[in-house]
Amino acid sequence: MAVMTEGNLSGAAATAAAVGAITRAKRIDIVVAACGVVIMVMAMGLLLTLIGDLAIRGLGRIDYQFLTSFPSRRPENAGILSAWVGSILVMLTTAVLAIPIGVLAGLYLEEYARKNWISNLIEINVANLAGVPSIIYGLLALGLFVYGLNLGKTILVAGMTLGLLILPIVIVSTREAIRSIPLIVKEAAYGLGADKWQVMWHYIIPAARPGILTGAIVGLSRAIGETAPIITIGALTFIAFLPPPPITDSFPFISFAWLHDQFTVLPIQMFNWVSRPQEGFHINAAATGVVLMVLTLALNGMAIYIRYRLRRSVRN
Amino acid sequence: MTRLLLASASAAAFVAFGGPAAAQATVTVDGSSTVFPISEAFAEEFQAQTGNRVTVGLSGTGGGFEKFCRGELDVTGASRPIRTGEMEACAANGIEYIELPVAMDGLAVVVHPENTWAECMSVAELKTIWEPAAQGVITNWNQVREGFPDAPLRLFGAGTDSGTYDYFTFAINGVEHESRGDYTATEDDNVTVQGVSSDVNALGFLGLAYYEENADKLKTVAIQQEDGSCVSPSVETAGNGTYQPLSRPLFVYINAASLDRPEVQAYVDFMMTPENGVTLVQEVGYVPLPAEAFDLGRAKVAERRTGTYFEGGSKVGVSIEDLLASEQ
Repeated sequence: MAVMTEGNLSGAAATAAAVGAITRAKRIDIVVAACGVVIMVMAMGLLLTLIGDLAIRGLGRIDYQFLTSFPSRRPENAGILSAWVGSILVMLTTAVLAIPIGVLAGLYLEEYARKNWISNLIEINVANLAGVPSIIYGLLALGLFVYGLNLGKTILVAGMTLGLLILPIVIVSTREAIRSIPLIVKEAAYGLGADKWQVMWHYIIPAARPGILTGAIVGLSRAIGETAPIITIGALTFIAFLPPPPITDSFPFISFAWLHDQFTVLPIQMFNWVSRPQEGFHINAAATGVVLMVLTLALNGMAIYIRYRLRRSVRN
Repeated sequence: MTRLLLASASAAAFVAFGGPAAAQATVTVDGSSTVFPISEAFAEEFQAQTGNRVTVGLSGTGGGFEKFCRGELDVTGASRPIRTGEMEACAANGIEYIELPVAMDGLAVVVHPENTWAECMSVAELKTIWEPAAQGVITNWNQVREGFPDAPLRLFGAGTDSGTYDYFTFAINGVEHESRGDYTATEDDNVTVQGVSSDVNALGFLGLAYYEENADKLKTVAIQQEDGSCVSPSVETAGNGTYQPLSRPLFVYINAASLDRPEVQAYVDFMMTPENGVTLVQEVGYVPLPAEAFDLGRAKVAERRTGTYFEGGSKVGVSIEDLLASEQ
């Protein structure tokens, strides 16, 4: 800029100034890049320290006994069987409830809904709901599901609560996924005489599936670490029996009785052990943290894998 | 695909560890986080010995009473006696309760091991530190007593949601739930352990069990009694009532109507058996009651004597004798 405005400078001086400007810009570049690297190293270092600390303290405690025992007053006998079974059942219920509803809602908002003030209002609210603190969902569920509908403090209610919690995430990611599909795909399908639902079912949903699944699993991996709403609806802390199994030995061989059973989940068990005075329980808490982290990583890993597989199959 | 994986994983879990599918009678216990380790120990042992199911929640003393008075619980643990408002809530729903002390607990005032000056303090001195008027004013050890060093006073303690806070403020400041606000408040006593053990000028209060587990990192401050003697907190002094005013009874409240269910009656009998009541309480780090207390408790349950001895508030200096009297 300086070079262009000051016309009375000689050519050589202008060149020198330009070179100076470039050198300066490069120097700034280096400084910014260095800052970025330093900050990233610090953030990663902090994260790795936390994970490492948890792993060092907890990893040695994870064995068959720990995974197959119920909680106990003696830290060395205690285990997380009821907690991890509870976590998985709650996640299963959450997924079954939130994913179909979320996908259909996203599809409706993106493809079917007329653009007017009502759909705008819904849109704004969905976006806002994604940022509501999770305890609010817990309070809502306590008032509505537990006391209003009298459903009790069951796995079903926990699944519904966490389902509500991740619904905005599923809806938003579904809409993003649908929006990223090239218009030609849709137009070509219409051009071939497909009706709206055929276009949705055969073209839009398959093409959007990687994005939808990623959103759903990111939502689930958020839900699995949630403690506040689950405690609010009244999950237990000590429970030394499992819900009735979903597979029975008599007709019809499938039972949903477990949906109506009481439960605990991994974060609650961890929270309880962290605040106990005995060191043995702190080690158990760290071990529970490691298990929780492995479950979350497994969910995220699954999301990446599914996305990779589906992207390939869509292209072919 | 995800759902399929999750479903097969949980199915596998049930094939491996599935128990009987029949619905079983369950005793529901909830309440104070201080009483939780005791309830957990009772529940674990009772379930192992009788096969009856017990579940224990962690709603806190207040949250526990809320559910208890709505008729959702058979038993709730409490680190303070039932309050007037809670008594009214129970009465409104027709819930009758039997109050049983299960253990004693001490609150310890702790400092850094290298603190050489605070050996023994009086309740008045502690009040100087902790009363609401001290906020922003009492910030140096030399303001607490002549001869204390010129060093900043840094405070740690239980957060305002806990029964520990309620009892400490009641015993020291005279008013339940009122204290200065400029201290590091935490719902997890382990944070207080961390804070005090890393600061020579710190002072904090926490449950005795937390001190016992960290005796190498902390030092207790003895409390000057009314007769001038200094008593340090320990299982012994909290148990025999000489450590005042910071030892307190822990209670369970039994829903009288639930006692008609055999499994609840069996659970209460189990708690009120001295062998269980003493050994299990000791094992989880609390101060057990004398054997006599359990006989009195059983009699109280048998006669269904309901109501509270404490008339809706904490009492300071409740000794074992008082507790026994409360059961007669």
